[in-house]
Amino acid sequence: MTVTSASQYFKILVTLSAMFLGGCDSYKADSLSERSLIYCSEGSPEILNPQLVTSGVTVDATSKQLYNQLIAFDVATNEVTPSIAKSWHVTQDNKKITFYLRRNVAFHHTQYFMPTRHLNADDVLFSFNRILDPSQVFHDVSGGKYPFFDSVGFADVIESLEKINEYTIRFNLKRADSSFLANLATDFSVILSREYAELLIRSNRLEDIDTLPIGTGPYKFKEYRTGSYIRYEPHAEYWEGQPKLQQLIFDITPSNTGRLTKLLAGECDVIGYPIAHKKINNNPLLTLEDVTAFNIGYLGFNTAKPPFNNKLIRRAVAHAINKQAILDTVYFGDAKAESANSILPPSSWAYAEDTHDIEYSIEQAELLLTQAGITDGLTIDLWAMPVQRAYNPDAVTMAKLIQADLQKIGITVNIISYNWQEFLRRLALGEHQSVLLGWSADHPDPDNFFTPLLSCGSAETGNNRTFWCNQQFEKLLQGALKITDVEQRKALYREAQKIAAEELPLFPIAHSKRFQARKISVKGDILHPFGGISFGGVEKQ
Amino acid sequence: MLIFTLRRLNLFFFTMLVLTLLTFSLSFFFPGEQIINVTGQIDATPEQIALIALDYNKHESLIMQYWSYLVHLFNGDLGVSMASRIPIMDEMMSHLPATIELTTVALIIAMVVGIPIGFIAAIRHRKKTDDIILAVSMVGYSIPIFWLALLAILIFSIQLAWLPSAGQISLVYEIEQVTGILFFDILLSDNPYKWQAFQNASVHILLPACVVALAPATVFVRLARTSMLTVLDSHYIKAAMAKGLTFQQLIFRHAIKNAMVNVIRDVGLQFANLVTLAMVTEVIFNWPGIGNWLIQSIYQRDYTAIQGGLLALSSFIFIVHIFTDFIYASLNPLARGIKYGS
Repeated sequence: MTVTSASQYFKILVTLSAMFLGGCDSYKADSLSERSLIYCSEGSPEILNPQLVTSGVTVDATSKQLYNQLIAFDVATNEVTPSIAKSWHVTQDNKKITFYLRRNVAFHHTQYFMPTRHLNADDVLFSFNRILDPSQVFHDVSGGKYPFFDSVGFADVIESLEKINEYTIRFNLKRADSSFLANLATDFSVILSREYAELLIRSNRLEDIDTLPIGTGPYKFKEYRTGSYIRYEPHAEYWEGQPKLQQLIFDITPSNTGRLTKLLAGECDVIGYPIAHKKINNNPLLTLEDVTAFNIGYLGFNTAKPPFNNKLIRRAVAHAINKQAILDTVYFGDAKAESANSILPPSSWAYAEDTHDIEYSIEQAELLLTQAGITDGLTIDLWAMPVQRAYNPDAVTMAKLIQADLQKIGITVNIISYNWQEFLRRLALGEHQSVLLGWSADHPDPDNFFTPLLSCGSAETGNNRTFWCNQQFEKLLQGALKITDVEQRKALYREAQKIAAEELPLFPIAHSKRFQARKISVKGDILHPFGGISFGGVEKQ
Repeated sequence: MLIFTLRRLNLFFFTMLVLTLLTFSLSFFFPGEQIINVTGQIDATPEQIALIALDYNKHESLIMQYWSYLVHLFNGDLGVSMASRIPIMDEMMSHLPATIELTTVALIIAMVVGIPIGFIAAIRHRKKTDDIILAVSMVGYSIPIFWLALLAILIFSIQLAWLPSAGQISLVYEIEQVTGILFFDILLSDNPYKWQAFQNASVHILLPACVVALAPATVFVRLARTSMLTVLDSHYIKAAMAKGLTFQQLIFRHAIKNAMVNVIRDVGLQFANLVTLAMVTEVIFNWPGIGNWLIQSIYQRDYTAIQGGLLALSSFIFIVHIFTDFIYASLNPLARGIKYGS
């Protein structure tokens, strides 16, 4: 090697490092990343059709991105507003509801499907028949379970679905149901394309309807890699106008520190469920927002299996848990959550103020355990969900706190966790003894807490993770749905809350706010008080 | 050379035998049915299980079972992942290139930085520069990699926000996987934002590669230093000096070349070390490589993936070792006499 070659060597070194480090501003400012939005989400959706799930991860990723509903909730007032249906009419007896559809609603145009017509009554009919009609070809596709609709007794309420003309459709109900419109406005009641379904039947790829989705929403599906990312493109003919982003990407980042790091390093534009709020607030480029969500984080007992088929043991465990410590540790103090004593949040009109909280008392717990005949200790499995939700930002830490609390009354706790999809699958099978889980309401009606969480109907589908079925409780819920008078309904729900507090199939822990952090350059509403997030009106500046 | 080759093949054969025996016995030690652990068919019906059992000679002696396991291995059938239901072989083929990419870049960084610094230390032997270089390299070698990685993220990603902390490339860019080596794939793709993507990928690899490179770089510093010192102490250097060559001529024309020979031998050895370091780094930087995948499989109790991944990764490292041995032996005839793998 000569002197010249040595200096060349250094020259190459310098050029290389310049290439690595300096490049950022040497290209045109209008880069792809400035027109794309990356949302760092907390989990992988199990399927891309919200009709089939109740999990918030799936709802966040799909409902308001890929699809539309007949009607929607207004962000500000929580009232039902037009969406695909431009107007509707309810008869005096609350039993006939007629929807008048918009005429210019286009379905997604993708590589795997090219629609030839706009949305009409056939598509609406098809979408709801998939849920209602067991003889429909698609009914049993992808498991054939419609947990949300099963849990609210959707099929039992509807007498028939009628197509009046191309753009008019009528729901005939068997009985008045005060939560019916609210159910249609939830993220689960999405409209699919019948034309696409027919194509899938012809090419014998029925499952594709839920994995290669076609909807009418602001974004169309491009690619999904489980555990890594979902890629969406804007839907150019969206009826409310084309979204301003060139790409929308869900970067699946289950670790909450990982999401925070990515936000601070500028790799994510928006992150769900942020930690370290102070750090985010101190950064001038970032902003933190919250929304008061209707939700509940709870400890559920599997009442179908020993030892928690015994009410005394359930109550003993509840007495032994130091709820305040959990609120301080897991929810970072009072600002983020309030202690729950009923499954309904206090802001709901049906909340019973006289519900007594179960006090933290080791003596009470020990007494109850002795009454239940447990003298030489007990070992239980506690399942902690692996993803962060607003109602439970860190289930594993919560499980560890409970583990320490229960140790004091001689109960040994094994903490169990799987990946989210596996976790939900095994929960539905009832393999757990107790579980830390929660529920975010899909709409403001109180029924949306009781029926999905504690009714006999959802115990059958496995969505009621406590598998608790109380006839008296059930009767109250059914009764409250038949009437529309708020005061009368309130009385019934109070009664129901009393039973739930006495029987304690689940131990309410907290009602929390849902947080989100984003770069200040991202404009538009993303968070909503109910259901999933929405990127329809979002842009980057 | 023939005997050398035979020896290496022999070593290869027996190591693989032990490795496969280990993974085969692992399938018995993991909880659950052995046949399901081997194949990963957790959703199979009892009839399907019976068919698979027949295929794996489950009804015959252990030796026959082991043999049919080997036959499946040779056909590239490592079962399917219990978590993703994708064949282990495909999973590996999609993850291994990312690891190779990371380790190669790290190796280059380690060599480009480490060897010249080592030479400088040797030239400035027993002076302050030498002491400082040695001290720094000792510190660098002693830093635990996971801590270094977190520290790097904390400083360069969180505080300074210069470099990204996770992944191979921003998800904004869609690059089709052809070779699996991202840089090649970017160059092959017809994406209009190719150069932005290339730059983005370069920025992404910088931090993890530097973290992986630190420990090997310090090894190279010390190797290069020792080797240079030996060379500088040799008679031909003294002879050259006596002939009146300038110091620069001496170093660049004679010393570096001869010192390099000894360093290159150890580059191959460092590869195994690099892969181990890369596995930890991949998890922290969320690099989609084989180490990250293997550790995820452990979390998910994906026994089939653990067995397959273990086998593939160890044979990969082993093959690289033998390969570098061959290259070194073909370059340096003296090395062929050494009996065992160094």
